[in-house]
Amino acid sequence: MRILTLVRQVLDAEESVRIRDGEVDLNGSKLIVDTMDEYGVEQALRVRESGVEAEVIALAVGPERNQDALRTVLAMGADRAIHVMTELALDPISLSQVVAQVAQKENVELIFCGGQQADWDSHALGAATAERLQWPQITWTNGLEVHGQTLMGKHDAEDGSETFSVELPTVITTQQGLNEPRYPTVPNIMKAKKKELRVETLEEFHVGPKLKFLSAEVQAKARLHKILDGKDAPAAAAELVRLLRNEARVIA
Amino acid sequence: MILVVVEYANGKVSKSTYEMVGCARQLGREGPVTALVLGSGVAAIASEVALVFDQVLVADHVDLAQYDAEVWAAAVAQIAREGEANTVLVGGSRSGREYSPRVAVKLDAPLLEDAISVVDANGTLTAERYTYLARVTEKVEADAPVVVATIKQGAFTAALPGNQVAEQFDVDLNLPQRRVQITGKATEKSSRIALTEADIVVSGGRGVGSAEGFATLVEGLADQLGAAVGATRAIVDDGWRPYQEQVGQTGKTVQPKAYIAIGISGAVQHLSGMSKSKCIVAINKDADAPIFKIADYGIVGDANRIVPAMIAELQK
Ligand SMILES: Cc1cc2nc3c(=O)[nH]c(=O)nc-3n(C[C@H](O)[C@H](O)[C@H](O)COP(=O)(O)OP(=O)(O)OC[C@H]3O[C@@H](n4cnc5c(N)ncnc54)[C@H](O)[C@@H]3O)c2cc1C
Repeated sequence: MRILTLVRQVLDAEESVRIRDGEVDLNGSKLIVDTMDEYGVEQALRVRESGVEAEVIALAVGPERNQDALRTVLAMGADRAIHVMTELALDPISLSQVVAQVAQKENVELIFCGGQQADWDSHALGAATAERLQWPQITWTNGLEVHGQTLMGKHDAEDGSETFSVELPTVITTQQGLNEPRYPTVPNIMKAKKKELRVETLEEFHVGPKLKFLSAEVQAKARLHKILDGKDAPAAAAELVRLLRNEARVIA
Repeated sequence: MILVVVEYANGKVSKSTYEMVGCARQLGREGPVTALVLGSGVAAIASEVALVFDQVLVADHVDLAQYDAEVWAAAVAQIAREGEANTVLVGGSRSGREYSPRVAVKLDAPLLEDAISVVDANGTLTAERYTYLARVTEKVEADAPVVVATIKQGAFTAALPGNQVAEQFDVDLNLPQRRVQITGKATEKSSRIALTEADIVVSGGRGVGSAEGFATLVEGLADQLGAAVGATRAIVDDGWRPYQEQVGQTGKTVQPKAYIAIGISGAVQHLSGMSKSKCIVAINKDADAPIFKIADYGIVGDANRIVPAMIAELQK
């Protein structure tokens, strides 16, 4: 079976966000593989290691720097990588067209995708890809086993956790709790340099954006910063309750 | 028409439904604000929303007793097509954000996700949304005959039911076969108000010391205030609290009137789930904890002493 795992390169959460000319400026900032996508890579590797004959293909769409992210997941253990090069910012609905085409060309049966993107905060890519392929999808997956053509596992729904069963082919979106992603070891980082990383251009896919990005702004809400000293606990507690009641009027 | 997919839970119309109507009414787009009620035994829900919509479409069918992304997407896309909707509004809940991308693909429409504002200007929809762990507000534009949008919970003023009763119509749907079998369900039963709907959220982090500490301090204060409880990932990972209560990047996003953080350091991933709260209160023994940077009110001190004193004060 072939498994496609989507990889997005995002700003490390520890870095501050800088805006230039109405856009988030990533130049010079530390970029990492989205943690949500790492869960997917790790799970694909675990499927392969569980004895299922599988090839794990990593896919990234974006500027050239995405190849760093792909090398990282090749070092984690992915077999090969595909990079669709573009400077265009594609929204998830249009991006799903690229992913679905790659999935078809590569004959994959299982796709892993991060449940929520750390940069655009989107949940849409996995579901949109599944729809284009006419596949089912499982979102917010935090447990997964492969039994032949059947996937069984656990995921979070609106009001709690559900166990599920679904036949391949399927799109799985990941979340925290699915696994603990491994770190690439030095020998594996060396080996990854020799693995196949195929570069394609977006033009081959005939995809254009469905959304236009107009501007980005860092908006911090002004806060009151009335911080009390708690050495005298009852006095501080009484004053805080008074402020919340009479000034902020948020409690009765 | 502007199609709104009604969200409800446990036989009650969710706040998000009224917020979507609020959004639809200020959009500046033509056509009746139309409810789509999907489910089984939903007559009461349909009557309830008839007080706030222009018309109500009802698909009451046993096949719709349980939510399924493919079934919901097929139903919504079919009605949007038949009714020639120019806008489809879906709640920013977990399921809403799960099936809405499928609707967008079916309709070849752009998707505005988790919008906090949406307005029409000459037929083009402009929306604002939070990105980069809620640190950035981004503006995007969708220029298409039909646009699908999910609406962030708490971002729009809820429309109030009036005394006009909208007409109800039954609709027939061509539904696909379910392919995902749900084999079990573990619902966290809580007597408390839902985290995403609460006016007040009391959350605890590692600084509450233990699962028992959480029960006395966080749940104790929440009970006193009629609040929902939240948790950081650190204590969810430690097994002190269930994942359903996690607030943050990989948990829930909340925007209550007051968010009270007890023994929480204020990591960016946690802040992304609560930084838009109207009033933020922090109790932490470390004056340099990042949570104080976004706090309106706070006490630097030991939660074990401060919180019981607050509960006592409230009981007075
Ligand atoms: C990809 C990713 C996703 C993540 N998603 C989330 C998420 O969704 N939600 C989330 O919360 N985190 C998330 N995290 C984790 C996040 O980075 C932090 O590790 C976590 O929020 C810290 O939790 P905490 O504040 O409980 O613990 P700590 O950071 O350990 O803070 C404990 C605080 O308690 C204070 N304290 C200690 N004792 C007392 C006392 N007696 N009285 C008062 N104060 C006291 C300390 O001063 C300290 O500030 C994520 C991390 C990653 C990498």
